[in-house]
Amino acid sequence: MVQEMMHPFSRYLRAQMMPHIWCAGCGNGVALNCFVHALDELQVDLDKLVVVSGIGCIGRSAGYTNVDSFHTTHGRALAFATGVKLANPELEVVVISGDGDLFAIGGNHFIHAARRNIGVKVLCANNFNYGMTGGQQGPTTPLESITTTSPYGNIEHPFNLVHLAAASGATYVARWTTLHVRRLTQSIKKMLQKEGFCFVEVLSPCPEIFGRYNKMRSGLEMMEWFKKASVVESFSDPSKAEITAERIVVGEFVDIERLSYEKLLHEKISKINEKAMEGVS
Amino acid sequence: MPKIKSALAGAHFMNGDVACAEGAIAAGCRFFAGYPITPATEIAEHLSQRMPELGGIYVQMEDEIASMAAVIGASYSGLKAMTATSGPGFSLMQENIGLAVMTEAPCVVVDVMRGGPSTGQPTLPGQQDVMQAKWGSHGDYGIIALTPSSVQEMFDLTVEAFNLSEAYRVPTLLMADEIVAHMWEKVVIPPPDKIKIVNRKKPDVPPENYVPFMPDDDLVPPMACFGEGYHFHATGLTHNEYGYPQTSSSEVQSRLVKRLCEKIQMNSDKIIKVEEVMLKDADVVVVAYGIVARAALSAIRKAREKGVKAGLLRLITLWPFPEKSVTRVAEQAKAIVVPEMNCGQLVREVERAAKETPVVFLSKLGEEPHTPMEILEGIRRCS
Repeated sequence: MVQEMMHPFSRYLRAQMMPHIWCAGCGNGVALNCFVHALDELQVDLDKLVVVSGIGCIGRSAGYTNVDSFHTTHGRALAFATGVKLANPELEVVVISGDGDLFAIGGNHFIHAARRNIGVKVLCANNFNYGMTGGQQGPTTPLESITTTSPYGNIEHPFNLVHLAAASGATYVARWTTLHVRRLTQSIKKMLQKEGFCFVEVLSPCPEIFGRYNKMRSGLEMMEWFKKASVVESFSDPSKAEITAERIVVGEFVDIERLSYEKLLHEKISKINEKAMEGVS
Repeated sequence: MPKIKSALAGAHFMNGDVACAEGAIAAGCRFFAGYPITPATEIAEHLSQRMPELGGIYVQMEDEIASMAAVIGASYSGLKAMTATSGPGFSLMQENIGLAVMTEAPCVVVDVMRGGPSTGQPTLPGQQDVMQAKWGSHGDYGIIALTPSSVQEMFDLTVEAFNLSEAYRVPTLLMADEIVAHMWEKVVIPPPDKIKIVNRKKPDVPPENYVPFMPDDDLVPPMACFGEGYHFHATGLTHNEYGYPQTSSSEVQSRLVKRLCEKIQMNSDKIIKVEEVMLKDADVVVVAYGIVARAALSAIRKAREKGVKAGLLRLITLWPFPEKSVTRVAEQAKAIVVPEMNCGQLVREVERAAKETPVVFLSKLGEEPHTPMEILEGIRRCS
């Protein structure tokens, strides 16, 4: 008799949504895999987990994750997630989205979500360009990189996402690449257990689009860049955490304690109600 | 748990913005996200005080785009949710109003209309957003928009807006104007058990049998919320009944978009409300809404005193457009007068519904709505 084999992680993913849309060599599957490993290792209550994504390649993650999930308009995942977390603070709310979605069109929502310290956990796949629309220059495109809209080389200075997150008030900030699967999983686990706004950036190879124009035609070549250039400098100054051809600074950068917005708000609500009760009696 | 009485039952003297905020509370709204803007700010101010008293959430977002997104998030988390804004903010909200339409998130959006376009005249009234209410977000969709003419209606129609949004899983718009919002009048708030409250349909099947976008006969699907164990997906992409993206199927696109339009159109007789004043024998009918309808009421009375058989059809529902009501009065009337505080928006719908009956349009922009005498002059021209 043939025994039906189930993948141990199949309960975390929606088989009906497969095959996924990601290209061969893309790092998004690695990022999602690490996320699922973190869920499994922590035995997260899947009934209380909400995954929210914006638009872009990695934005399909919400649909692939077999929990309550929502695929918002471009850039608005964090604003939507803020509404979810405030309406029901018992939910674990995770935003999985890309660099363009979170930092160009959604940049304003990112800095304010971090400033408020809303308890939303952000996993950002940074692939240095807009992959889904065919590889345009974006807020993280390295200087002089070739993209379909910077054919003469990019002259815009890219954001340093870990520096931006730290300066905006995140309680946990880390950066890894898809090469660092164990450390990435550890960081995702850590942020899932922390209070407040947390941010994990994962550099994700986009050989099919970004790599094609920048002499890294295969996923392997992009991973070799990550391997050659990555230096772990945990708790170093995030403002100096550069990403260049020669050097990619990875590690944990921030790990602090700060009361979350939802906790402060609900404490305030309790106090107001206690006062009102005194008035009644 | 809330310990303070949720509805302030009894007679009150308040302004329209506060009446709207109290209407939201009476309807069961427990989430407000917004961004300050004249002349809607008092709604946010009042709710920032009242929501925490009731265990509800008030949050000021970074802009109106975020406010609308947060409202949808809260709605999907099981709360009745609202935002309030004016023209410039209403423009920013259009993107996520479309998302609320597509994901069928019940919610209420208040637009206190001021003079536009752009920053326009922030402290003065207007009716320039009524077509934006119907067509503001891209793509085809059905939507519900109500328009209050008094402070009492700011309360009543906010309750009604929540009920309609819950019943049809559609964002419902309260299209007020600056005068109705800032005017002070007597408001009678009924005791809570006398206020009709509608709540969204919940699934009555176990999670494994739940098909999140499978409609019932009324074309509205029952709605599970986050955290209830249903593990469903919702997306702004074209999706099948399971909520899964179907971006290259003409059949799914057609089925979904037509249902989003038809669930409003098919139920329009249940949704639409108008007020009919002295229409039975009317030769000239004024079709008006919002603050302008108050001047119109005065004008038809004056016309009757002068022997002109005039009547008023006051639109309470703007969208879906009360086409049948307009067609019916147009069949017996010799002419229709449409005063609006814009350059001619809803008058186009009236003309379409009035068929052969001539329609006179009275435009007014700026500080004051039409005076009764101006509308009377319009009636005279037709009689």
